[in-house]
Amino acid sequence: MKSIKAPLVRAVFYAACSTVALAGTAAAEDITIGVASEATSVDPHFHNLGPNNQLGFMIFDRLANPDERQNFKPGLAVSWEPVNPTTWEFKLREGVTFHDGTAFNADDVICTFERAPEVPNSPASFSTYIKGKTFEKIDDYTVHVKTEEPYPLMVNDLGNIAIISDEGGCNGTTEEFNSGVASAGTGPFKFVEYVPGDRIVLEGNDDYWGDKPTWDTVTIKPIKSGPSRVAALLAGDVDVIGGVPTTDIETLKARDDVTLSQGVSNRVIYLHIDQFRENSPFVKANGGGDIKNPLMDQKVRLAISKAISRELIRDRVMEGLSIPAGQLLPEGFFGVSENLEPETYDPEAAKALLAEAGLPDGFELTIHGPNDRYVNDAKIVEGIAQMLNRVGIKAQVETLPRSVYFSRASRGADGLPEFSLILVGWGAGSGEASSPLRALIATNNPDKGMGTANRGRYSNPDVDAVIEEALSEVDDAKRQDLLAKATEMAIADLAIIPIHYQVNTWASRKGLSYIPRTDEYTVAYGVVKD
Amino acid sequence: MSVFILRRLLQSALVMVAMAMIVFFGIHMVGDPVYMFVSPDMDQADIDQVTRALGLDRPIWEQFWAFMTSAIQGDLGRSFVFGESALGLILQRMPATLELAFSALLLAVVLGIPLGLYAGLYPDSKTSKTIMAGSILGFSLPTFWVGIMMIMVFAVVLGWLPSTGRGDTVDVFGVKLSFLTLDGLRHLALPALNLALLKISLVIRLTRAGTREAMLQDYIKFARAKGLSRNRIVGVHLLKNILIPVVTVLGLEFGSLVAFSVVTETIFAWPGMGKLLIESIQQLDRPVIVAYLMMIVFLFVIINLLVDVVYSLLDPRVRLADRGN
Amino acid sequence: MSASDPVDTPTVTDTTEAQTATVDTPLRRFLSDYCDSPLAVGAAVVLFLIILIAIFAPWISPQDPYDLAVVSIFDARMPPGSYAMDGTPFLLGTDGAGRDLLSAIFYGLRISLSVGVAAGIIAIIVGMSVGLAAAYAGGRTENLIMRVVDLQLSLPAVLIALILLAILGKGVDKIIIALVVAQWAYYARTVRASALVERRREYVEAAACLGLGHARIVFRHILPNCIAPLIVVGTVQTAHAIALEATLSFLGVGLPPTEPSLGLLIANGFDYMLSGKYWIAVFPGVALLITIVSINMVGDQLRDVLNPRLQK
Repeated sequence: MKSIKAPLVRAVFYAACSTVALAGTAAAEDITIGVASEATSVDPHFHNLGPNNQLGFMIFDRLANPDERQNFKPGLAVSWEPVNPTTWEFKLREGVTFHDGTAFNADDVICTFERAPEVPNSPASFSTYIKGKTFEKIDDYTVHVKTEEPYPLMVNDLGNIAIISDEGGCNGTTEEFNSGVASAGTGPFKFVEYVPGDRIVLEGNDDYWGDKPTWDTVTIKPIKSGPSRVAALLAGDVDVIGGVPTTDIETLKARDDVTLSQGVSNRVIYLHIDQFRENSPFVKANGGGDIKNPLMDQKVRLAISKAISRELIRDRVMEGLSIPAGQLLPEGFFGVSENLEPETYDPEAAKALLAEAGLPDGFELTIHGPNDRYVNDAKIVEGIAQMLNRVGIKAQVETLPRSVYFSRASRGADGLPEFSLILVGWGAGSGEASSPLRALIATNNPDKGMGTANRGRYSNPDVDAVIEEALSEVDDAKRQDLLAKATEMAIADLAIIPIHYQVNTWASRKGLSYIPRTDEYTVAYGVVKD
Repeated sequence: MSVFILRRLLQSALVMVAMAMIVFFGIHMVGDPVYMFVSPDMDQADIDQVTRALGLDRPIWEQFWAFMTSAIQGDLGRSFVFGESALGLILQRMPATLELAFSALLLAVVLGIPLGLYAGLYPDSKTSKTIMAGSILGFSLPTFWVGIMMIMVFAVVLGWLPSTGRGDTVDVFGVKLSFLTLDGLRHLALPALNLALLKISLVIRLTRAGTREAMLQDYIKFARAKGLSRNRIVGVHLLKNILIPVVTVLGLEFGSLVAFSVVTETIFAWPGMGKLLIESIQQLDRPVIVAYLMMIVFLFVIINLLVDVVYSLLDPRVRLADRGN
Repeated sequence: MSASDPVDTPTVTDTTEAQTATVDTPLRRFLSDYCDSPLAVGAAVVLFLIILIAIFAPWISPQDPYDLAVVSIFDARMPPGSYAMDGTPFLLGTDGAGRDLLSAIFYGLRISLSVGVAAGIIAIIVGMSVGLAAAYAGGRTENLIMRVVDLQLSLPAVLIALILLAILGKGVDKIIIALVVAQWAYYARTVRASALVERRREYVEAAACLGLGHARIVFRHILPNCIAPLIVVGTVQTAHAIALEATLSFLGVGLPPTEPSLGLLIANGFDYMLSGKYWIAVFPGVALLITIVSINMVGDQLRDVLNPRLQK
């Protein structure tokens, strides 16, 4: 260890020097942020994609803006309430102007919701959040939204859509947004420049209706590789980075010129289990023969869950940066159950369960997972496979890049999920439990938008009924109970096996810190001076 | 000569069409880009809509035909990821790559020729042996590994140079160039050296080999016998003769610099077209991959043609004609 | 190798005038020439050791690094010289999944070398056949073949391999295909060049006059004379192939994580570079370096020995 320490001490010294130099020359109100993924467009409706939404959060407002815990706070709407079971009324904020000087009113809202689902060439539009809703302008500052059925998640849906101006934005093309012609929003930062692959520059909007932005100029640099991002921070090229790799946290903690900010995310990492095929493609009897899919047996699924030490994964793979999971969302989110705990690690019980299921010698299994999607994904899969081997399940691992993994995991050659046991993650975009319940647990029915990511094809009509009921329950307290109940039922069935919730880390140079967000975004208004 | 050029261009067009076809059909067998882009909570109707929007619902032949007809008009399709013209995206990033490649070329000449000359003139000296050992190392060290080490040493441990990105640029006729600012130069230094390493070794070896052979030739012996000064022999007679192969090879190698910048750009987050290619492969952005290939083949055709023409001008014994007979 | 072949004898006298690269000196002469450089001898010894390690990796590795029943994440990221719970030493430390790095490097060498050598051999066979065919056939066929070779050589290998892998996807077979496609043309050009020289020799013409078959002329007379340049090009290209595979795997388009070559080990270690766990990236990098340098040094010396023009 000695040999590596010396250069590190020197690195601290040099980095400290460069920080001082920086503070001396540049105005303190400029920051440069290093982010993991680049926004593919400034057009906030072009692609419903993390990096694009992250950028949109800074330039645009929504009717309701999600805060760092994904609670919806008044944005361009000052209040919202159902006026009857199928109609929501949004009262809009008065006196707001777009960056180009035009005034904000109901016309902007109406044209936004017309444009958002219809952007040409969009690889994934926002139509999911808009379909089934009709928008009506009542007066300049009142909008009604109607649905066929009672719909409690109105704000969660509409809170995803950036409001653009009917004068400039609504007729703008994606290219015009990228060049700055159409990209006026009402948000805390104004768009200045987009150099694809290199940087996006924003400037503070001094006329912002909310808290005035701290930063005059914000430069966002995409640096894809984790270690390079850390190197850029240490070299003083950037002031704040998101997505700090778990491998570097120990070192960064030891330095006094770097501040770390950590917070749990809305993302659960879990195993999806093939429980619909008698003959699962990647499950074999010992020696390679065919076997009736043991994963359909609840005892076997429980054995797998008990064989996994979530604490060991946290300590040795995630370097402490995960929270063992017992359900679909961490505590504190709307709709989580208070009765669920992570499964306890008990390899002996797991062996006993396997024996009870008639498989005392285990079976052969290949676990699939992505290797470039979630924090340490490939290593988690490998760790799980190691632990399954300890209880007699001969598990092999195959990890794939996401470009092939997800399409095969959702739809193999025969149109069905291709794998038997997979590691996946789910981030609840709506910030509450209906999102994972609807997508992962509900019976697969793509036409209705249910079970769209149910890659294990778990199906329980009783659970479906509770989820459906929750989705149309407008009363918050009752809905909370229904969502918790559905979660408990699904976990009892081992519909999925939760592993952990990701804890995300941001790092900044000394003097700055970041307010951690559960949605994992890195936004300029989250960077604060100490 | 014009007949020769015309024929070469025709052949090249044929090659480009063939390449486009292979890549276009090949790339359609890998993965399903729709699942790269849709968010997993979208329902089937939305997914189908995306498939249609990207034009992936049509049979492959039809897609290829549509691609070819618009390619002839200079439109190589629209990026799935960015929603912009694929060719436009590549052209936008090309100056950064070309700047990097030219800087590397310059480094290779400035460092490689003097070192190679020295090693050739004094083959048995210690310094020459060191130079040659270094050149073997330069050949052997994989670019990506050297890049990582450079970031480690110069950016992180010593803190002398920035680790990634391009830095400040200056607009010259609408093209962003970074070598005109100090910040830009600092950003350029590591990636350019990283990219140049292989070529420096190559130039050293070419120059040394050329020097050693030339020193045995009659004209050098004659010049020596005439009593010309060593400096004049080396500076005029020798250099003139070994420059021809060096120029040719470097010209040809320029293309390989552009290609190898894929590696360097990925490590140093240099916003050039190589990084775009890698990201497009990872994200299955098929139109950009195909467009990149078409561009690069085109570039190579032009470079090779230029090298042949320049070669014939430098060396009057070379006649432009179809080789192989 | 063919010194006992009586038909070969005329070439010995020929060589000095024609200045071509032919291996017509006896083996002993070759060896003594090679041993002129102690550095090259050292490189050959190192290379031999590396090959031995690659071949016997499963038997000499302290651990089977890919048996998930043995490896435990409990041992993850241990520095060099630490011990597992059961007392097994980790000489070079462990990686992020808890496998012994020394064993991983041995296995990685095995994969890197076998991919490089397999690609090299196939490329030699393909290139040699094409080159011989071109030289022997002549005329239009030769013209066409050499046009393709020229075109291929004008495109950098890394680019060809990259595009091919984008089309084919990951896999051992795929990267071998990509490497072969990227390299066969070098061999074709080399073989054709030497074959052309040989074909015009009197002894070949004499053999043809004697009514010897095409196959016999090609394999007994032309081919042996192409061997020397093939060996030189072959060593250099194999080193290239190994480096190229590492690069492609590092970029994430080469081998899948189930076939952890040295390039993949380095890519994994890259994540740990800044955290002070240098050994995960540095040791596989050093192994790769030693391998490539020793092959290149052997190749270099071979070129000097086998190229009579540089002999004083």
